[in-house]
Parts: sequence; structure tokens; C-alpha cells
Amino acid sequence: MSNQIEITHSFAGVDFPQLERSLRHPRTLVSSLLSLLTGFVTVVACVPLFSVLFMLIYRGGKRLSLSLFTQTPPSAFESGGGFGNAIVGTLTMVGIAALISVPFGVLAAVFLAEFGPKSKTASAVRFCAKLLTGFPSILAGVFAYAAVVLMTGSYSAPAGGVALSILMLPIVMLTAEESIKMVPHKMKEAAIGMGATQTQVVWRVTLPSAMPGMLTGVMLAVARASGETAPLLFTALNSNYWIMQDGNLALMEPTASLAVLIFNFSGVPFESQIELAWAAALVLVLIVLAVNIGGQVLSRKRVTR
Amino acid sequence: MAITLEGDVPIDSVASPPSRLDIAGDRTFRGLTYVFSWMTIFLVLYIVYEIAGKAFPAIQEYGFGFVTGTTWDANRGEFGVFPEIWGTLYSSILALMLGGFFGVSIAIFLTQDFLPPKLEVVFKNIVELLAAIPSVVYGLWGIYVVIPALRPTANWVHEHLGWIPFFETSLSGPGMLPAAMVLSIMILPTISAVSRDALCSVPHRLKEAAFGLGATRWEAILGVILPTSATGIFGALVLGFGRALGETMALAMLVGNSNQVSLSLFSPANTLAALLANNFPEAGKLEEGVLMYAALILMAITLLVNLVGTAIMNRAQRRLSGGER
Amino acid sequence: MIMTNTLDSSIVAEPNTNGKNVVIDCKIRNLYYGKFRAVRDSHIPVEEGQVTAFIGPSGCGKSTALRCLNRMNDLVRGFRFDGHVHFRGKDIYHRNVDPVAVRRYIGMVFQQPNPFAMSIYNNVAFGLRLNRVKDDIPERVESALRGAALWDEVKDKLKNSGLSLSGGQQQRLCIARAIATEPTVLLMDEPCSALDPIATRRIEELMTELKEKYTIAVVTHNLQQAQRVADKTAFMYVDTSDGGRTGYLVEYEDTGQLFEDPKEEYTKQYIRGEFS
Repeated sequence: MSNQIEITHSFAGVDFPQLERSLRHPRTLVSSLLSLLTGFVTVVACVPLFSVLFMLIYRGGKRLSLSLFTQTPPSAFESGGGFGNAIVGTLTMVGIAALISVPFGVLAAVFLAEFGPKSKTASAVRFCAKLLTGFPSILAGVFAYAAVVLMTGSYSAPAGGVALSILMLPIVMLTAEESIKMVPHKMKEAAIGMGATQTQVVWRVTLPSAMPGMLTGVMLAVARASGETAPLLFTALNSNYWIMQDGNLALMEPTASLAVLIFNFSGVPFESQIELAWAAALVLVLIVLAVNIGGQVLSRKRVTR
Repeated sequence: MAITLEGDVPIDSVASPPSRLDIAGDRTFRGLTYVFSWMTIFLVLYIVYEIAGKAFPAIQEYGFGFVTGTTWDANRGEFGVFPEIWGTLYSSILALMLGGFFGVSIAIFLTQDFLPPKLEVVFKNIVELLAAIPSVVYGLWGIYVVIPALRPTANWVHEHLGWIPFFETSLSGPGMLPAAMVLSIMILPTISAVSRDALCSVPHRLKEAAFGLGATRWEAILGVILPTSATGIFGALVLGFGRALGETMALAMLVGNSNQVSLSLFSPANTLAALLANNFPEAGKLEEGVLMYAALILMAITLLVNLVGTAIMNRAQRRLSGGER
Repeated sequence: MIMTNTLDSSIVAEPNTNGKNVVIDCKIRNLYYGKFRAVRDSHIPVEEGQVTAFIGPSGCGKSTALRCLNRMNDLVRGFRFDGHVHFRGKDIYHRNVDPVAVRRYIGMVFQQPNPFAMSIYNNVAFGLRLNRVKDDIPERVESALRGAALWDEVKDKLKNSGLSLSGGQQQRLCIARAIATEPTVLLMDEPCSALDPIATRRIEELMTELKEKYTIAVVTHNLQQAQRVADKTAFMYVDTSDGGRTGYLVEYEDTGQLFEDPKEEYTKQYIRGEFS
């Protein structure tokens, strides 16, 4: 190694080795330059986030008002309007997706973590869940289109929900498995030692203890699903109307969502719609951040307990 | 049938064997978890089956020529996705170069004690927040911030260095460079988080050994820590690449949806995912089947890349847990 | 290894039961974890109303033997058992027996205090609810806590988390939890190893009180503890002759007898502290 050679050299040249830090020393100089570079890169990487947040507040904040939440989108030459229907649509579809993916994911996670952690089934399931983690969201949309839209014959909120649930499922399942595994073995042992059946152990000890972690996973999945656009493009499509019309729930009709509204209004030449897109983006980011932060708080609770 | 253990237990004991209900509940619940586990496997198979099945007629009709064809004309029934495959790979590779450099640098900066722990956490959270922003918002930001900001520089570069193939066109609006830049921001959190894990899992004693030999901080990082975590970081890059291949919205909004194969960073292009996003909602019966074929190709590419990434990650874990194989 | 100690040769392993009522008769011929033979040739009876201590150097299989008594070993992958455990004359390893039911009658206290992450009250009531007891739950909780000598310390904070207690209190909470359903036998796997001397003292006193109502089997690495609390003592040792580390029973006796006048050379050496 080069440093050994250097040390002997300095012994030969001077009476005592040089111990002071000096930038003239090439090794120190390179080291400092690299440190500066990575530090600079890290700071630069933060710029987009602040730029996005600034733009959201600057352009979206201008347009923020209560009517946004109570009105439907304007047509091309109108001004005003809002996207209340899109918020309701997003919530409905994320809700449907959660109703599908949470029980599904948690039940499978219980099997993965408790009943058959080392079985062949479990490794196959984990493998599939990991594949779904990297599954492009647009393909979830293509699948839901083929499986739901073509079958029911219409674009609808449930079709969007199914597409979103495919994206939520692996997040819910894998985080639930992790948090179930985190429950100390000695607690489960205590319940088993008292003659609890495996199911009683799971329901009375494991799941309550793993709850904060599982909720964090669900929140992460909900946050991800709320922001997804691609799976909704041709499953829920879009709509300018409320999902509740004249007291009837138009569930099997095309449904609006914040994300698709942003996409549709982003490329139009009409200022009022562009403004609305920015305001919708602000609201969407606020929703996503709120859910994310909620999840973080829950996970912190688990650590401090 | 079953032997009971009752008999002469003390009278005040409340201990009783599990009731029939408990046992039935236990069996049902365990069965249920098993069924749902299998449903995950069936779901994946069903997804492949649905998409492949719907694509089948188009595969029969267009065959392999679909992959190499360069025109997309629904009216004449001529379809080819070579430009989209090219655009998908080109944009993802560009994004990977940018995002990979940033992601790994950040991972190093945030794991090797450059900053006090509190600041490390702050930066870590900021980078994680990048992942929380929905892609459609990045698309919007790209249209109204990135493209206008890039245009003067890009056009200056085109004027002065236009003889280089990468700069042979001017940036008139949407194009490869802004799309790839936004894409790199979107994959950066993945790469940085997975690389961080890889760097953190390098045993502390290795670093101490390097310092003990008189290495500077960067000699230790470049000579010991990076080589040790190389497999994990490589896995992070592959996973980031997989994410870039499948990302839709930012590209659909920024890449320009133009069917051409060009090396130029400033020319518009198209990707498979963007093609699906833009054409699916208005597709007729014929085009729908063809789009399913395109979806199948996208699925094949991303599955392959993700499989490779997962395999590498598993290997990295095995390496660090001792069994060098 | 010179001395082989099979059940049939009946050198020492033939238990001296003095005609007392044997609640659990445990006869281990071979006990495997996968390919590893953990225990062989041990016959340990647990007598009613007595404290039976399992002593021996670490790795001698005393905990493994104890965990056979309520089939806790079933949870370990690759566990195989050759022998029998008769609980009130019924073989709990019979294929028709549900291990879950066994554990309702043979409770267990573990090495590490392991209260659930719930309130003190719910910790104790856990077993009652498991057994679908509907009546008198508060009274039963109180009496279990009194039985575990914990009532006075916690009666004002029953709603606090069980994890908020000190180590010794947690262990007594675990004992209260185990006795709330009035099991027949209480197994204790080194219940004091994680506790300080004062807490240990309290648990030992508790064992002496509890044996009025329950039969107790306790694993301990502390010889003085065995002497203080146990009526019967089983000494186990490790056999390394076949290249493995297989535990077996060397001697089972009245505690006084075993400590004052052991029959076996190994027992003598062990209680003199010549190896551990």
C-alpha cells in the first residue's frame, strides 16, 4: 500500500514525521475536494424539493380558496371553479383500494411472519410481492382496464380502486410482515405458554403490538396511492361531475381524481385551468405529506415505547 | 376422539381446554391467511395472463416486426414501438447516470460521518420527501420550471456545439433532457436509500482497520467501504433503473410524445409508458390490442430488470452475512 | 465417557419417589433438534405439591427437559421426541392431544420477564379471557396478584403498562398471569436469572408459598437456590463422548440427600464447584 511507503519516506527525509494537517499534501487536498463535492451534490439535490414547494405555494397558493373544495372544474373559457369532485373521487378510490389491499396484505403478512415464515409458499409470496413493488404503475392501470373496465363495460371508481390496490398491496404486506416480525418472540412465547392457540396469539398479542408499524405501512401505501395518476388514466378516466348526483351514488361512472385533473389541465392553453392545476397540485401534495407525516409519527411512537 | 386432560383438576381451577369454537376459529384463520398468501401469487400470474391474453391477437398479427417498426399510425393500422423502446431505455439510462451519481454521492455524504447526526437526519428526510411528491406534480413542475429554465442554456449549447450528436437539435419545448432530469430526481431517493443501507451494513471494524493503517477518510471510503458495499450499491442502481423504466407521468408530460429515434438530448421522444398513458384513453379496438402488446413489452423489460436487481440485492445480503458465494 | 446411564441399567436414574403422587412423569429416551441429540435417557418425575429443581452446567439440557413438560419444544423446527410425558397418567405427546390444551394446565414462567405490552390488569386477565371466563374477573385478577405478592405494589396503577414495572415486578406479574387460571403445574425456566438478588429473594419466597397450591418445576443454575426452594432435585450433565453435547440425568434425589450425600461422582464434583 502506498501509505506505508510514504511513512518510511518521511522517516528518511526529516527527523520527525509531519503530523500537521496541510492542504498542500495531495492526499489531504484530494480528500477535502471530494468531501466538498459530495456535500455540494447533497445540497444541490435538495434544490428541486424546495423549488417544487416554492412553486406550489406561489402558484397554487394564489388560487387557494374555499370554493375550490365546493365547486366542479370550469370549462375552457370560464374562470373560477374548483375541484371538490376530484378530491372526493381521489378519496373514494383510495378508500376502495385500501379496503381491498389492507385485509389482503395483512392476512398474507400474518402467514409470512407467523404461520409459515420458512415455507416454500412464503418465499414464493415474498418474491411476488417484491415483483409487485417494482411493477410500473401504468401496467396496474392496463391490468385493471383489462380485468375490470372491459368486464363491467364502463370506466368507474372501482376500476381505479383495483388498479391502486395493486400498488398498495406489496407495501402493506411487506411492512406488515416486518412489523409482525418485530414483536418480541418472548411475548408470543408467553401467550403460547398459557395455552393460546396460534390464532389467539396473533389476535391478542402479535397484531396489537405490531399495530403502529402496520399502520405506518398502510399510511405509506395510502400516500403513494393518492398521488398516482397513471393507473387512473384509463380506469377511472375523468369527470366534471360529483360522484354523488341527486342523491344517487354514480359509482360505475367515470370518476374524477386530483392527479388526473392536474395531468389534464397541465397542458392546456387556458390560464384559469392551469391555475387550477397548480392549486390541485398544492392540495394533493398537502394530502400526501399529511398522510406521510401521520405515518412517521406512528412509527416514532413504536420506537419510543 | 381427542383425549381430554380434565379429570381431577382442582375445583377452583378455570383452566379448560380450548373450546370447539377456538379450535375451529384457529383452523379457519390459518386457512384464510394461507389462501390470501396464495392469492398474491395468483394475482401476479393473473396480471401476466390478462395482459398477455389481450395482447395475443396483436402479437399474432404484428409479430416481431412490432418491436423493430418505427411508425405508429392507427388510421393505416401500422404499428411499431422501436422509437418507444429506444426512448424508454435512453431516458432511463440518462436518468440513471444523473440520479445514480447524485444518489450514491448523497449516500456516502450521509453515512460517513461528514455531518453531525442531527443534520444527517435533516438531509435524509429531505431526500425522502423527494419521493413523496407525486409524479404528476413533478411533471407540472417540469413543464413550468425545468423546461423554461433549460431552454436558453440548451439552445446556446446547440448553437455552439451543434456538431456533437447529443446537441444536434434545439430545445423547443418538451424533450429528452428535461424528462431525464426530472426522472433522475424521481429515482434519486430510491438509489440513495438503498445505497445508504448498503453503506451502513459495512462492518465498522473494516473502516477502523483502514483508518488504523493511516488512510485518509476518502482513501478508506474509496478503498474499503465502497468496494465492500459495491454489490448493494449496484443493486440500488438496478432497482433505480427499473423504477425509471416504468415511470409514466413525468415522461408523458415532458418527453414530447414524438415517434423518433434520436441521440439528441434536446429533441422530443417517446417512451412505452408515455405511449400507453397518451394513447390508451382514446384507443379504438384495434389500437387497444396493439397497446396491450406494448404493455407486455414494457412488463417484460421491467420484470427482467427488477429480477436482476432483486437477485443482486439478495447476493449482497448473503455476502455481508458471511457466506461469500 | 465411562459411565453410561441408560434407563434400563437403573443405576441411579430410578427415581426415589417415596410413594408420593407423581403429577408429571417425564421419561426422555432421546430428544433431537434436527440432527442434534440434545437430551437422552432421563427420567424425571414431578411430584404433587413439591418444588422440583433441575440443575446442571449450562448446555446440559435442563431447560429443554423442562420445556418438554408442556410441549413448548413443539415450536422449535426439527424437534423430535422419543419417550413419554405422562400428565396425570395421560401421555401429552399422544397424537390426539392438543398441545394448546396441555399448556392451559401446565403454565410457564420464562427466563426473561415477558409481560405483554398492555396494562397490568389485562396482562393478568389475559389467561382468563383465553379460557373464556366471564365472571369475577376483577376478583380473580386481584387474587392472582396477591398470590404473586404484587398486589400491594400495583393496586393503584392497574391501568399502567406491564412494561412500566421493574424487572422483579415484571417477573412477579408473569407469575400472577400464569396462576390466574389456576393451572395444575407451574414450570419456571430460570425465573431469577435476569433479576437482582433482592428480587430473586422475593421470587424464591413466592415459590415456597405457591407450592401450597401448585406443583412447581424450576430450572436453575444457582445451586443455593435449588437448596433453598426445592424438595426434589434432578442433576443433569453433558455427555460429549459421541462428539455431540447430549444432556442426561445423572441423579434425582431429595434435595437434602443430593446435596449432602450424592451418590454419583459427577454430582459430588459439581456441587463442590469443581466444574460448572
